[in-house]
Amino acid sequence: MSIIFPGESAPANHVNLKLGPGLLQVSSIFNDASDGETPRKRPVIIATKAGELKHSVKGSQWWIESNSRRYVPVLHESVVGLITQRLGEAYRVDIGSAHHASLDGLAFEGATKRSKPNLKVGSLVYARVSLAHKDMEPELECFGAQTHKAEGFGELKGGFVVKCSLEMCRCLLNPKHFLLPMLGRRFPLDAAIGMNGRVWVSAKNVKEHIIVSRCIEAVDPDGGGMNEDELKKFLHTLGV
Amino acid sequence: MRPPSPSIVEKEFLYNSLKESLRIDGREPLEMREPTLSFGPELGWVECSLGKTKVIAQIEAKIVRPPPERPLEGIITIHSEISPTASSEYEFGRTSEEEVTITRMLDKVLRRSDAIDKESLCILANQRVWHLRLTLHFLADAGNMLDCACLAGIVALKHFRRPEVEVIGDEITIYPPSERAPFPLAIHHSPYCFTFAFFSDATIPPVLDPSQLEQRLSAGVTSIALNAQKEICVFQKFGGVPLLPKDLLAIIDIAVAKAQGLHQIVENRLKEDWSSRTVEFR
Repeated sequence: MSIIFPGESAPANHVNLKLGPGLLQVSSIFNDASDGETPRKRPVIIATKAGELKHSVKGSQWWIESNSRRYVPVLHESVVGLITQRLGEAYRVDIGSAHHASLDGLAFEGATKRSKPNLKVGSLVYARVSLAHKDMEPELECFGAQTHKAEGFGELKGGFVVKCSLEMCRCLLNPKHFLLPMLGRRFPLDAAIGMNGRVWVSAKNVKEHIIVSRCIEAVDPDGGGMNEDELKKFLHTLGV
Repeated sequence: MRPPSPSIVEKEFLYNSLKESLRIDGREPLEMREPTLSFGPELGWVECSLGKTKVIAQIEAKIVRPPPERPLEGIITIHSEISPTASSEYEFGRTSEEEVTITRMLDKVLRRSDAIDKESLCILANQRVWHLRLTLHFLADAGNMLDCACLAGIVALKHFRRPEVEVIGDEITIYPPSERAPFPLAIHHSPYCFTFAFFSDATIPPVLDPSQLEQRLSAGVTSIALNAQKEICVFQKFGGVPLLPKDLLAIIDIAVAKAQGLHQIVENRLKEDWSSRTVEFR
């Protein structure tokens, strides 16, 4: 395991290099031409956040893994947002990042000028980040990038929102993670996992919602940090 | 950025669950989160957390000239500023309403309740007194920062020890901890603060130690500061929720019982910490 700090350079080097979160190609520097060769440009990869430096087996993909509570929008990530304001045709949405995101009133499946969803201030939406740029406000869309179909995006009705750390969100999105299947075997539930540390869940009654919320908190590396066996025992104490 | 009010979904869910006397973190309506206290290497440095709410309290002492109107009393000042570290809704330089409430309440609970004997902080009348500076850092806000800050503050005061001083004539000698054992502060009583949240719906019972969501959705909060000897120091009620006298007396009774429990926890932790320290002096 290698730990890297912001500003440190990463030893990423590959013909077809792909950089993931936390890494940045800053500029190109010249090799010193002491061996008589013509100066060559070489990209420099530096870390922009502290964490564990990871790479794929072949070394073509590099990224940094770390846990945090504040969300920084990234293109194509799904988020759970809260409508805070209506601005003419668009909505302002709080997605937990430093700036509010904007969601166009027509950015829904099948929406036209005549018929478009009417969202109230205070309602929740599951949306995809369609623009994430460091100098611009993030923008959201409620349809798939290629298909322009809803694909689960849209307003979230009923249920409850659980807040967790960003690492926990990524864990929940991993199909191999034990938590959601374990809960799903005990009672039916719907979940929309936002990468911004918000998980919307919908189950049958209040008790089940509370169980889901407590389990996420218990497994969260930022909270209880339980593993599979510990969670089984914990679920037993909750009576399911 | 003003905190966005909680979503409709959260609001409805919270009201429904509280009507069934269920809280999201699995607590009973009148159950507190277990406080955790950890002490730093220095005396008077305490990290206090209630669930995910976390506050650090630190005490510094220096010797100053007393103001002429109070020549026989030491000075205690409390510095508390909520920075964006606690939560993204707090901003630098702009005091939020919550910050004002917390600052005022801390002043009432820790300073004006006469918990510390100020006269014992006098070294030489009219010339030299101790100036205690309590700094509170709010690290994370998961609701009820006030109780957490009050607890951190009072525990820091109890944990702190000032250097021994000797006065011969007009000469003041301060002994470093390595020469003479430092002295604990003279504390008359230890007030603890308890916050209850009330909801506009009369069927929802009051909740103790509200979480962030409960605090935001409540119609009003009541904070009671009292010590283990059943003496109420501060009583404060915010928001316009009407309360019957008997309800008020009921929550006071609860606070009394909780204060005694909390006092025991604090004393045990302080004793544990003190026994693990080796104070050397010649």
